[in-house]
Amino acid sequence: MAIQTLFGSASAEPNLLEKLKAGIQKTRSGLVGRIEEVFAGQKEIDADLLEELEYTLITADLGVRTVTEILEQIRLGLDRKSTGGAAEIRGLIERHLLEVLVASDGPMKPVSAPPAVIMLVGINGAGKTTTIGKLTHRFQSEGRQVMLCAADTFRAAAMEQLQVWADRNGVTMIRQTQGSDPSAVVFDALNSAKARKADYLIIDTAGRLHTKENLMAELDKMRRTAQRVVPGAPHEVWLVMDATTGQNGLEQARKFTGAAGVTGIILTKLDGTAKGGVAVAIARELNLPIRYVGVGEQIGDLLPFEPERFVESLFEK
Amino acid sequence: MFDNLSEKLQRVFKNLRGEGRLTAENMEQALREIRVALLEADVHFRVVKQFIEQVRLKAQGEEVLTALSPSQQVVKIVLDELTKMLGGHQSKLRFANEPPTVVLIVGLQGSGKTTSAAKLARVLTKEGSRPQLVSVDVYRPAARQQLAILAKQVNVPIFEGTLDQKTPLELARGARKEAVQTGRDLLLVDTAGRQHIDDRLMQELSELKEALNPTEVLFVADAMTGQDAVKSADEFHKRLGITGVILTKMDGDARGGAALSIRTVTGQPLKFVGMGEKVDALEPFHPDRVAQRILGMGDVVSLIEKAQSVIDQKDAEKMQEKLLAGDDFSLEDFRDQMKQIRKLGPLEGILKMLPGIGGLKELKDAKFDEKELTRIVAIVDSMTPKERGNHMIINGARRRRIAKGSGTSVQDVNNLLKQYGQARKMMKSFSGATGLLGKKGGKFKFPGMPGIPGF
Repeated sequence: MAIQTLFGSASAEPNLLEKLKAGIQKTRSGLVGRIEEVFAGQKEIDADLLEELEYTLITADLGVRTVTEILEQIRLGLDRKSTGGAAEIRGLIERHLLEVLVASDGPMKPVSAPPAVIMLVGINGAGKTTTIGKLTHRFQSEGRQVMLCAADTFRAAAMEQLQVWADRNGVTMIRQTQGSDPSAVVFDALNSAKARKADYLIIDTAGRLHTKENLMAELDKMRRTAQRVVPGAPHEVWLVMDATTGQNGLEQARKFTGAAGVTGIILTKLDGTAKGGVAVAIARELNLPIRYVGVGEQIGDLLPFEPERFVESLFEK
Repeated sequence: MFDNLSEKLQRVFKNLRGEGRLTAENMEQALREIRVALLEADVHFRVVKQFIEQVRLKAQGEEVLTALSPSQQVVKIVLDELTKMLGGHQSKLRFANEPPTVVLIVGLQGSGKTTSAAKLARVLTKEGSRPQLVSVDVYRPAARQQLAILAKQVNVPIFEGTLDQKTPLELARGARKEAVQTGRDLLLVDTAGRQHIDDRLMQELSELKEALNPTEVLFVADAMTGQDAVKSADEFHKRLGITGVILTKMDGDARGGAALSIRTVTGQPLKFVGMGEKVDALEPFHPDRVAQRILGMGDVVSLIEKAQSVIDQKDAEKMQEKLLAGDDFSLEDFRDQMKQIRKLGPLEGILKMLPGIGGLKELKDAKFDEKELTRIVAIVDSMTPKERGNHMIINGARRRRIAKGSGTSVQDVNNLLKQYGQARKMMKSFSGATGLLGKKGGKFKFPGMPGIPGF
């Protein structure tokens, strides 16, 4: 298996698949476990089964619209008497989810000249700073030189939190004082990354609700600032989203994409019982790929997201 | 993005006039709409089901009142039931008979525990308590530092621990001892975020609870949480016996259906809602308002409160006096009003809070250019005092200069003057008769509103 990076593809470490499986184990035991239960217990497809299916899919946060669509397809199949049984229903759901995820997936645009600038955005508490710590580790293990930019100048101790991750990874972090203009930090950091010939510069931004217009405008300004120092930057803007997020996630993704030009999603906290189903709705509506999933608090607990494997694992026994 | 529920129900019941009672049949479609609305608001599947049954029972056989349309009647039943389920009225924090009262603050990662702890400390200080803060989050980098900074902001002492106090239990015990010694009557314990299925960390919380014997165990939950809310809340409740809930990030546009799920699964009251990042943004929980929000029905009370809190009363009175005295409505007054409106926040958000307007088709997709307000202010700022006093003297050359100064075009300046002219005419018709809020017209209306595109 190869992982797509901003500088081409890199081969994955051998245990990656295992980790991925372990990481989405909960997703599996939740969503699929219950579908399996549905299948195991009942052979006939009837109204009860459809309701059970609806329950399973809705409680995975897939959203009423997506679920209605899936169930409609199943009903159509039933009418045409072409749906043979449980296995076929599973295949139908699997294909549907996969289609959605694959359609939005695509390789990242390669960056010709470093630094590749990545900006992480998201609402408060989504897990941006922790994700940056893990991303740094990941890029370093690919042999890349990483620098960090502490552009969350608002939240108390945000810079200190990122500093701890910078120290753990042994990388340089560019910061200014609490309350300074985030765009100014971005400007400094990009210049510094250029001068030091870093491969990656990862920008940590303050968490913000997507409804705060002025804070969203601030992201746009940071983006424009980056663009001025390094043409084409930020090359990637990743929206960090908590897997427990419900249907509001779609609106979040919409607003952040509008203001900050989001290019992908990182789904965090998948090590709980939440399924992160809203990401499917996001992929569908906004055509945004899921790039990585966070599956724990350890530095190695960030895995590349692969639609095929994700859905596959969902249905593995 | 969501169709307003009332609007949908109106469509459903269009043909119901003339029928005498709400029946299972004519309710069926309405219940389906209610169901979708609740699921879109992230209320848990099972909770929705239970709720729908309740509404069905309540509604069945009720006479179709003449005073209300059937849709209004159903909305009323739904709202009443929802408010009831969310749990009567706001409930206060309980205090221990013997101080210090210990409050344990728990929840998933990123739900907002640390910020809520500081906000709570501030509110309780205002109410006359003498709180002490402590963070026992020894895992997240800089978590304790974060609370220390916030503690300073709210001017509440924090127990930072000694070098040998390394575990959450040691820190908590130390803090409690210090609280007793320094005569603090309240100890707020901020814990590390954790997954409810993390057995080791959940065990740690049980131990903390046992050692501290807290009066309140508050579960902090993100208003954006989806279906999983029932699982995490249920597990925290089973293992710790939570006594209340703080719902955070309610200043966003999430409908907050998780509130109903959590309330249903734990039976514990929602006590506070977090309304922003600043330390003063914590409010008591109002079941009726959250019920309306879950149904996507707007929130007039919040809007009026918001207006009252951000609009400078003195300024408003001054302007009212001025107008009553028959003084002219100047360009400066016009600008000040724009500034006041701006303070209310994004216009789209304001409109959503208005039940009537929120459902209007023509407004639903209207794009409100926030920059318009800024532009108006900039244009007026670029005028000379003389020009502001007498708009009649603003000729072509002056318009060009003002446009240049404010970074706009002559056309923008022309538009503004036209809008101002309309507002002025309206103010003249008001003056001498009524106050700022146009009581005579019986509508909550800002003079100058016609100037904003879309209104």
